[in-house]
Amino acid sequence: MAKKKFVVGCFDEEAVLFPAVKKVRAAGYKIHDVYTPFAVHGLDHALGLRETSLHTAGFIYGITGTSTALGSISWILVKDWPLNFGGKPNFSLPAWIPITFELTVLFAAVGMVLTFCYLCQLAPFVKKHHFHPRATDDLFVMVIECTEKTNVDDLQAFLSSAGAIETDVQVAEPGWWLGTYDKDETTFENSNPVVA
Amino acid sequence: MHLKYESQLREPLVMGNKDYHQVTEDIVHPIEAKPSKLWYIGFYIAVALLLFGIYAIYRDVTYGIGQWNLNKTIGWGWDITNFVWWVGIGHAGTLISAILLLFRQGWRTGVNRAAEAMTIFAVMCAGQFPIWHMGRVWMAFFVLPYPNTRGPLWVNFNSPLLWDVFAISTYFTVSLLFWYSGLIPDLATVRDRAFTKLRKKLYGIASFGWTGSTKHWQRHESLSLVLAGLSTPLVLSVHTIVSFDFATSVVPGWHTTIFPPYFVAGAIFSGFAMVQSLMVIIRKVFNMEDYITLGHIEAMNKIIVLTGSIVGIAYLTELFMGWYSQNKYEGYTFWYSRAYLFSPYGWSYWGMMACNVLSPQIFWFRKMRRNVFVTFFMSVIVNIGMWFERFVIIVTSLYRDYLPSSWSVYYSPTIWEIGFYLGTFGLFFTCFFLFAKYFPVIAVAEIKYVLKTSGEGFKNKMDKIEEQPLDTFIHDNAHAH
Repeated sequence: MAKKKFVVGCFDEEAVLFPAVKKVRAAGYKIHDVYTPFAVHGLDHALGLRETSLHTAGFIYGITGTSTALGSISWILVKDWPLNFGGKPNFSLPAWIPITFELTVLFAAVGMVLTFCYLCQLAPFVKKHHFHPRATDDLFVMVIECTEKTNVDDLQAFLSSAGAIETDVQVAEPGWWLGTYDKDETTFENSNPVVA
Repeated sequence: MHLKYESQLREPLVMGNKDYHQVTEDIVHPIEAKPSKLWYIGFYIAVALLLFGIYAIYRDVTYGIGQWNLNKTIGWGWDITNFVWWVGIGHAGTLISAILLLFRQGWRTGVNRAAEAMTIFAVMCAGQFPIWHMGRVWMAFFVLPYPNTRGPLWVNFNSPLLWDVFAISTYFTVSLLFWYSGLIPDLATVRDRAFTKLRKKLYGIASFGWTGSTKHWQRHESLSLVLAGLSTPLVLSVHTIVSFDFATSVVPGWHTTIFPPYFVAGAIFSGFAMVQSLMVIIRKVFNMEDYITLGHIEAMNKIIVLTGSIVGIAYLTELFMGWYSQNKYEGYTFWYSRAYLFSPYGWSYWGMMACNVLSPQIFWFRKMRRNVFVTFFMSVIVNIGMWFERFVIIVTSLYRDYLPSSWSVYYSPTIWEIGFYLGTFGLFFTCFFLFAKYFPVIAVAEIKYVLKTSGEGFKNKMDKIEEQPLDTFIHDNAHAH
């Protein structure tokens, strides 16, 4: 993917961030993303993101597990190698409930976690550009994508007036690539953290 | 906007006047600092126990499990006792992270990460016992259903022992996924603070390239919630199925319909006791009294007194049914083999009663629930009691069965059986010491999430909000998205 130009605004208060998101969107800028140190509830709605369908995927994986368990156990115990367990019927559904349940949960959980990692492009050795190292510590980092019409200085001033404590312009790769973080451009020390 | 208000009547979950950065500093500090002497001493003791356990297992494989003093009558002794004991302990972590998430218990945030880690290590320890008890352990893969050249001869899907294979392996996998998916954002926090290249590299690999994107957080929340929903019945099913190992048999003392709820309550009871033992140490050693507060300890002690009393009712119900059923074998098992103090194993029954039913009643007193020393002492007592419970169930039912000619001589374990048990302690604590050194023991992101509503520094401002007129209060605090 080609590199793009971004304007970055850092906020240190949710109470400031939410009105700022509203203002920036009302002014017609395209917010690339907001990076936060924890799940800020309602921010996805404020950014106009749609609800995730991950749970639907989980349901589909779950019923796949249920049918895998019931299908294979009944084929094994009824068709492939019927055994006589104390004269009980070969198709003994109640005794299969525990394994069916366990496989339902197993398929749903494993499937959902893999789907989550796929959707968010998370894996070992995956590297992404970090707009601010304190985005995982105490800052809410709003990243706005620039078009050729964007006046960068105006936008930075606009962000500061909306309450950003720090603004910045970065040219960065928005996707992911393979790599490790030891060759990072910005380090935590250079980002003037509040030393406790 | 999220809710900014929480009643002042609720105890703060995070003590002290902290901001987000301070939370990161406090929790990540032990990972970045050199470990103390105490850590090294503890770690070396754990490794020594682990090595002894490995030697005991080496002997088991070489000479067979006859060296455990098991015989034809008592075919399950310490090994299965220890298995059930460890699996039971492994129930608290997922209970805290799943069931308490669904019940919206805010205090879980302080203890869930370490409790989940404890769960995973406890299940790892539990798994050792059935595996090495097989004797010919190189045949262990026979428990899996796979097409083979022996017929194909399949495993018996109607057997509780196979249910156990599926339940324990599913439980381990799901707990591991739940734990690690929660860890990813916190590992990213550690990565972004790393001061050496090696740390940056390793934590970078471990955090999967997490950035904290809003969309990713939204999916992460959805994932946690669904995993919690899946794990809740899973926690209950695992110990239910463990209890089926006994309850579906025809041995007096095992053939009992109350086993599933009774085992689940016992598992939560012992699991919380182990969490208490570890938390009391962690909060002291890592100076985390602000995050694992007396309020957290009190909440867990309430669960201990509740589940301990449920277990107590189960013991009494069993005794009652032993008489009321008018079944001679049941009566003999419950009223002679177990409850009669001077029967060969009477001491274990009364040890169990004292540790599990009587002593936790001390937690009806608030002062005792909030006393760290009492809590630590009681947590050890409860775990001893729960070990006795499993020993009572297994050995006292087996040693005198239907056929008096096969009644067993007094069973006692050998050093190798004890060594194996000690070895699992070594495994557990080796893993736990490494976890405490290299991973954030408290969920950093989750603490930040509750900080502004439940942090002590923010709660002080709540009285101003409480004085507002109702309309302003609703306007400011109701959801505005």
